[in-house]
Amino acid sequence: MSEVKNILLVGVGGQGTILASKILTSGLMKAGYDVKMSEIHGMSQRGGSVSTQVRYGDKVYSPIVGKGSADVIVAFEEMEALRWLDHLKIGGKMVINDHQIQPVPVNLGMAEYPEGIIEHLKEKVDVLSFKAAEVATELGNPKAMNIVLLGALVKAMGLDDIDWDAEIEANVKAKFVELNKKAFHAGYNL
Amino acid sequence: MKVIMSGNEAIARGAYEGGARFASAYPGTPSTEILENMPQYGDAVYSEWAPNEKVATEAAIGASIAGVRSFCAMKHVGMNVAADPIYTFAYTGVTGGFVMVVADDPGQHSSQNEQDNRNQAKAARLLMLEPSDSQEAHDFMKKAFALSEKMDMPVLMHVTTRVCHSKGIVELGEREEADVPDYEPKIKKYVTAPANAKVLRATLEDRVKAAREYACNCEFNRVEMHDTKIGVITSGVSYQYARETFGDNASYLKLGLTFPMPTCLIKDFCSKVDKVYVVEEMDPYIEEHVKMLGIECTGKDVIPRFDELNTDIVRKAFLGVEPETYTSDMKTVVRPPALCAGCPHRGLFYCLSKREKKDGIMITGDIGCYTLGMAAPLNALHSCICMGASISQGHGASIALRDAGKKTKVVSVIGDSTFFHTGVNSLMDAVYNSGSNLSIILDNRITGMTGHQQNPGTGYTLMGKEAPEVDIPALCKAIGVKEENIITVNPNHLDEVNAALDTLLAKDEPTVLITRWPCVLKKFSKQDLDEFPTLHKTQCVIDQDKCKNCKMCVKTGCPALISTKEKVVIDYTSCNGCTVCKQVCPFKAIEEVTR
Repeated sequence: MSEVKNILLVGVGGQGTILASKILTSGLMKAGYDVKMSEIHGMSQRGGSVSTQVRYGDKVYSPIVGKGSADVIVAFEEMEALRWLDHLKIGGKMVINDHQIQPVPVNLGMAEYPEGIIEHLKEKVDVLSFKAAEVATELGNPKAMNIVLLGALVKAMGLDDIDWDAEIEANVKAKFVELNKKAFHAGYNL
Repeated sequence: MKVIMSGNEAIARGAYEGGARFASAYPGTPSTEILENMPQYGDAVYSEWAPNEKVATEAAIGASIAGVRSFCAMKHVGMNVAADPIYTFAYTGVTGGFVMVVADDPGQHSSQNEQDNRNQAKAARLLMLEPSDSQEAHDFMKKAFALSEKMDMPVLMHVTTRVCHSKGIVELGEREEADVPDYEPKIKKYVTAPANAKVLRATLEDRVKAAREYACNCEFNRVEMHDTKIGVITSGVSYQYARETFGDNASYLKLGLTFPMPTCLIKDFCSKVDKVYVVEEMDPYIEEHVKMLGIECTGKDVIPRFDELNTDIVRKAFLGVEPETYTSDMKTVVRPPALCAGCPHRGLFYCLSKREKKDGIMITGDIGCYTLGMAAPLNALHSCICMGASISQGHGASIALRDAGKKTKVVSVIGDSTFFHTGVNSLMDAVYNSGSNLSIILDNRITGMTGHQQNPGTGYTLMGKEAPEVDIPALCKAIGVKEENIITVNPNHLDEVNAALDTLLAKDEPTVLITRWPCVLKKFSKQDLDEFPTLHKTQCVIDQDKCKNCKMCVKTGCPALISTKEKVVIDYTSCNGCTVCKQVCPFKAIEEVTR
């Protein structure tokens, strides 16, 4: 029986973690895995921290990724990577979008956004960081950033045997399919 | 066919397959997506948004009495609103199978309290099912209608946030049609005048007794025997955490039907294991029953009585094991939710916050996005208890303050959908009993917080049909608010809002201010675009030469304004031209430009 694998996609409400996790879980199911995914809706959508938790293996019970258990954390925003650090498995990997979104207390001058997060995390764990929106913009649309990150995640998890192009075709509007396929492969090949 | 579904999607599918023909609900996280997923089965199942949970429940009860399989859905606190009908419907029993889906929110992800509604199943005597994942949510819901008919009891389908919003693989089935009998009155069953109700009260005990026997030999409750040193009794999603904690080193009594509790099954299971653990979220509902049977067990003495559980908590509680993790001394900053860029509530709360600081008004609040008016930098909302409470609380406070000789004015803030939910009754109270609070109805043309559901004021139904709209000013007038005391404004125009507040706060009688502008995230209807032609047509930019970096604009709390020590800029991707920042800028440094 294969060990259950854990993935966390973390970010700020509105960054597109949901589509990325939809494609991911659909691909995993077709590859024959048991899959569970958990996300919390509600007030968190209004500028709050959001997380999508994906677990797969022969048999998955809990839908929640526990502390110290994520094989890969994909952070759509820097500070969210830091916030979820304690969920990374020892020896696990972080894929971090080199991008900052200022929370309200920082905007109001009540707190400061921590500086040098990516360098700080690199001292502790295996980090792949890049500007996903720039990669996506070069391909034609910054919104495909989520699929760039998905490509990098698939590479990090070694999920090469799944037909991801087919999953993108099945889950993305026709006019965005080519863009998202390119975004996926750009992220995969980083 | 296998598909990935959330618990809520699976419940909707299960209802369709189980032969439901009628569904009604009021939206509320984490239950909202159940009914949102019903229109796709619209050929077989009629579904609707009701103004509140009591109405939704009564409508579904009516369908059941008419002989049709029906269900209603709500969040946990909605069951309090619906308690009146359901406690008595438990007496009468059903004709068409009836299911009430109630979604609790352990951990209060999106709720004002954390009540454990399993206690209500016991108090009202409702057959209770507790699925532990999407597949069970589908299967239990499908079977619940026939079970309700077999036992002549309403079913309470009890789910939690983690079941509703987690996704898992679901094996779908076919719809099973149920015959609809010709209607015939059953007066002794359904007219709960005391003479009938006393008889029904007695037969309810017989039905509970029969259900308890059924619970001991049903497919919803199962025993998984492995190592017998530890026996775990559990239900709902807690089963998943227990299974992951103990693996095959324990045996399990996995309960899916938890009212009535399967007493024989519990006794038998406990006799086969050395010690008994009970793993459940929130109240010791199972544990108290086990202890009442005289069986020793460990549960809430090690597991928290509140908040959401997970495998880490269960593992630490029973095994004393904590995971190895990375740590950092670098501090993160919280991301409190905020009113969106362009939110039509911002202008109103900005004006209220100025007035609150100057005049010391009391602001009673309600349930919706506008509850966020309480947050910094606006800080302009003082209470939030339950749906519809702002106006009634404001009424009580206005009378109490007046009679105590205080000058404090009272303002009550309520959204359109919440006003229709239970605010209307409150306004009647304020008018009928000569209160003096100002009721502000924030009409953003949709039910916002739960993700944009239609309501009686929006002109559309859940199934996408056009519908009559409630005319809010006319309704307030019909309730008895004087016509000159009802003012409608565009909340993005601060001068309009301030003028209306000046007029209405000077009165010593019930007054109503309606702020009418659509939620910026709404998918606008044709009517919206006709009525609000400037929507999303412009945006604001800061002329950095004129800007003195005084931060007045930032004090509106708009997330499109990115403020650093050196300057403020407006994020053009999120600004949609509400112009509140432009109006508060003392240096006229903000311009409105075409988007």
